[in-house]
Amino acid sequence: MAKHMSITKKTILLVDDDQDYLYQMKTRVESFGFQTMLAESQKEAEDLIETTKPDLAILDLMMENEDSGFILCYKMKKKYPGVPIIIATGVAAETGISFDINDENNRKWIRADRFLEKGIRSEKLKEEIELLLKINN
Amino acid sequence: MSTLKILVIDDEPGIRSGISRILRNFRVDYPFMEEAFDFEVNEAPTGEEGIELIEKDKPDILLLDNKLPGIQGIEVLEYIRKKQMNIIVVMITSYASLELAVKATSDGAYDFIPKPFTPQELKSSIENITKRVFLKKMTSKLQETGKQIRFQFLSVLSHELKAPLNSIEGYLQMIHERQAGPQLESYDYMIDRMLHRINGMRTLIMDLLDLTKVESGKGKRDVKEVRLSDVARTAIDTMRPYSIQKDIRLDLLGDENVTVMADNEEMEIIFNNLISNAIKYNKTGGRVSCTLSERDNCIEILVEDTGIGMTTEEINRIFDDFVRIKNEKTKHIAGTGLGLSIVKKLVDSYHGTIEVTSEPDLGSIFKVKLPTDKPCS
Repeated sequence: MAKHMSITKKTILLVDDDQDYLYQMKTRVESFGFQTMLAESQKEAEDLIETTKPDLAILDLMMENEDSGFILCYKMKKKYPGVPIIIATGVAAETGISFDINDENNRKWIRADRFLEKGIRSEKLKEEIELLLKINN
Repeated sequence: MSTLKILVIDDEPGIRSGISRILRNFRVDYPFMEEAFDFEVNEAPTGEEGIELIEKDKPDILLLDNKLPGIQGIEVLEYIRKKQMNIIVVMITSYASLELAVKATSDGAYDFIPKPFTPQELKSSIENITKRVFLKKMTSKLQETGKQIRFQFLSVLSHELKAPLNSIEGYLQMIHERQAGPQLESYDYMIDRMLHRINGMRTLIMDLLDLTKVESGKGKRDVKEVRLSDVARTAIDTMRPYSIQKDIRLDLLGDENVTVMADNEEMEIIFNNLISNAIKYNKTGGRVSCTLSERDNCIEILVEDTGIGMTTEEINRIFDDFVRIKNEKTKHIAGTGLGLSIVKKLVDSYHGTIEVTSEPDLGSIFKVKLPTDKPCS
């Protein structure tokens, strides 16, 4: 499989229910020189991580459930404690439906390493990924 | 003019007096804000004294140094969060350490000002915070006047409109940068997806127009005797191509001659939404039937499908604005989340009722009752 051909490339798991955002992220992340694996839902991602361990994950927050990203994050950290996680969200604080990161109950179990806005620039995204993967260029 | 109270907790006297000086004659004023803001600055050299002042003065904004002689800035932050005080906290930190930043943000800090800072940096940070304070004030005002729902609606709406725009912008950017090479064909997929998203946006706008009609056009309602089977047939004919594509059988059953005094266009909206949903959330090879009947001064419209169905919990949410049931089965079905909320509002406006029964994987039944004169029994 392709995996063996590029054994040195790190694999990034991308999860988002907007297929266009997913496609664009895949293109961006692959242009940084990473491999990607994709899931379009919390459920799909859960199945995927059963068999494959990514080097880093970028998760959407709201998918099937309003807090899909957090649930996924929790499960990932339990299974692969060392794998860094970025939660990307397009929901600005003023939408009124945003998840409260400062809520005590939520904070207890949210273990994402970074929260990023979806509109983040490519260079910045690359920087964040490399920082979390501890790649020095 | 409103005055915002700022408290500075920092052990360096120079920083404290500097901040006071910079903000003394500073004011924030934007065309979109109804009021201008100026600032009153108080100072505390330690966290302990700071907390005392917080309790006494209830500041709006706190500029907080982390490295303090007694308790640390993080602990002051912790205190504010535990007491659920409505204070916007900005950390002043000499070493912009990522770890501290993450910890403080998760503890409720709003922003950072790295030390040393220029007067301009401080001012622009205060400016942003003031905008946020204004927004908060506005939301709570809206809440008081019952306009909160409207405000939320608009916020969600802007999110729904922004998502396709972002996606289209993303593709255009990729095309602009020729990311898939010089061949135009390589971009076919992206172009298809953009057209698809534009279509979705158009549907959303159409639904919104329906919704505005429902909510504002009550005076303009054109009430006539409407033969419901005609409306149903028009809706079915419109959906026919879609149902053929999914190999779904569409039937109109029951009493052909049922009439109701109503606005024809509004009846069309009800039938279009219910029938298109019945097809959209159906399985290939399924069935949809629309049955009309009249009894006890009441007209009954039944739309049954053999589709994916819903759980009770899902049923409870479907009539709200912008609610779309998201799961594996609905993943690739497009929609705006407004259709059923429009239907519900319309049915309510005719003093009718709408009920749903559903079984996951078996199908759903939507039953609309409209009174012919008195309320339905």
